[in-house]
Amino acid sequence: MASSPEALVEARSLTKRFGRHVAVDGVDFRIERGEAFGFLGPNGAGKSSTMRMIGCVSPVTSGELRVLGMDPAGDGPRIRARLGVVPQEDTLDTELTVSDNLTIYGRYFGLSRTVIRERADELLEFAKLTERRHDRVDPLSGGMKRRLTIARALINRPEALLLDEPTTGLDPQARHLLWERLYRLKQEGVTLVLTTHYMEEAEQLCDRLVIMDRGRIAGEGTPRDLVARHATREVVELRFRSASDLRAALPRLAGVAERVEPLADRVLAYTGDGDATAAAIADNGVHPAAILVRRGTLEDVFLVLTGRTLED
Amino acid sequence: MSGLTPTETPTRPEGAVATAIAGWRPLRLVERNVLVYRRTWYVLAAGLFEPILYLLSIGLGVGALVGPVAVGGGREVPYEVFVAPGMLAVSAMNGVVFDTTFNFFVKYKYSKTFDAVLATPLEVADVAVGESAWALVRSGAYATAFLLTMVALGLVQSWWAVLAVPAAVLIGFAFAGTGIAATTWMRSFVDFDYVMLVVVPLFLFSATFFPLGRYPQALGWAVRVTPLYQGVALERALVLGDVGWGLLLHAGYLAAMGTAGVWVATRRLAILLRR
Repeated sequence: MASSPEALVEARSLTKRFGRHVAVDGVDFRIERGEAFGFLGPNGAGKSSTMRMIGCVSPVTSGELRVLGMDPAGDGPRIRARLGVVPQEDTLDTELTVSDNLTIYGRYFGLSRTVIRERADELLEFAKLTERRHDRVDPLSGGMKRRLTIARALINRPEALLLDEPTTGLDPQARHLLWERLYRLKQEGVTLVLTTHYMEEAEQLCDRLVIMDRGRIAGEGTPRDLVARHATREVVELRFRSASDLRAALPRLAGVAERVEPLADRVLAYTGDGDATAAAIADNGVHPAAILVRRGTLEDVFLVLTGRTLED
Repeated sequence: MSGLTPTETPTRPEGAVATAIAGWRPLRLVERNVLVYRRTWYVLAAGLFEPILYLLSIGLGVGALVGPVAVGGGREVPYEVFVAPGMLAVSAMNGVVFDTTFNFFVKYKYSKTFDAVLATPLEVADVAVGESAWALVRSGAYATAFLLTMVALGLVQSWWAVLAVPAAVLIGFAFAGTGIAATTWMRSFVDFDYVMLVVVPLFLFSATFFPLGRYPQALGWAVRVTPLYQGVALERALVLGDVGWGLLLHAGYLAAMGTAGVWVATRRLAILLRR
């Protein structure tokens, strides 16, 4: 495979099977150095399996994968030496303190104690955990544990940071702090590769992303591109009192927007001008319980491309 | 790069183990355990008390009621001299069994310690070898302390006894490799009852408390092939200075058992952790 040197990860027909279950079904993608690349999709879309193959902890079933120009099958240790991994589940060493977690992780990478000590101070500061350095890991909050996991993943100064669902399970405040830290890393030029099922996270952090569903890639581009290509600038959301109200209104919504998408609990009208569409809806004698004009998002893109919502 | 990478079969364990040892990488796992026990050294120290208590109660206490024991070559020794090397072998086994079964299981299944390790350049063989190596450190430390206690109580009769520590490390190795391998098949804590089911009979019936001649003949032969008996026989011969080439057979048995254990453990961990 003639992979140009600047690609960080390159996959062709990448497939992962567990017995008869196909987790990743022949995907192609390319991640460049210095970008923030995302896999957006619901649970079970194959995002984590893809990440684990990139991280060289899970063997490729078939297809081609190159990470840092090397083959994970033969060069696993050498590739992992240059990556930082933030797994979905916390794998912090609960028998050790906060700072010992960084120390031993650095030792796993073969770093000297002097180097580790310097970097650990810096990373604890970055993770806002300097005051907790001598504490055990268990009593830390979810957000602190995540930040420590990120700090730990940075101990070897990785060329890319792989983050699998980095903010799942965190409260909004902890999530925003984490996004801010990740944004800082991005500014410093660290390549970020992340999976998420939060479209807000994908929009905030990703330069480019692929939309994954049932082991396949359904779309690819920058967040703005994807919205422009598959959704519309604005979306009018209509909520009804009951499903029968919703069904009754549908005939009178035909033609008010570029596309009208009925969901279980609401109707989405895709349009370039939300206010005009809202007015047209009222003119047609449709009076929903609530009406909301918002901009088009990746959530809409996902819906258009897969026919399902991200929460499904 | 080849067109298709077939489903990867785990790397051949013997090659993986050799590479791991050559790179000294398993030592990083030992370092981790040192970091953990630096703060909880008393847990380690507590592990030494049990065999010493046994030695005091059974060796000295029961020994006062029991006459001398024939140890071959027409020689008789006081009961406490007979039983002490057996306790030494038991302490080497017990020191590693808990660590490589129960503790290993927690790290492997619940703390996900090894998942974190395997995201670094380290490999499964490093985990299997490193965790075994730590068990050796532990059994070596226990054996040293126990041997010193024996010397203090006047229970050591030969200079060969200095080899009792390396022999204990060998016993540790045999049970460490096997313990980790067995643990890879455990599904929940309930399965640890099987560990006790193996360890307790070994503890009681490995010629630990009474000589092989006291067993019915068939049972005596069965005991001869069990692993802890090799350790007991080895330790007893060294401590009593009753040394012969036959001891190499016991040592070889223990070395083979440990090697097979590490081999199986590496293979199993590759299947379980590199999915």
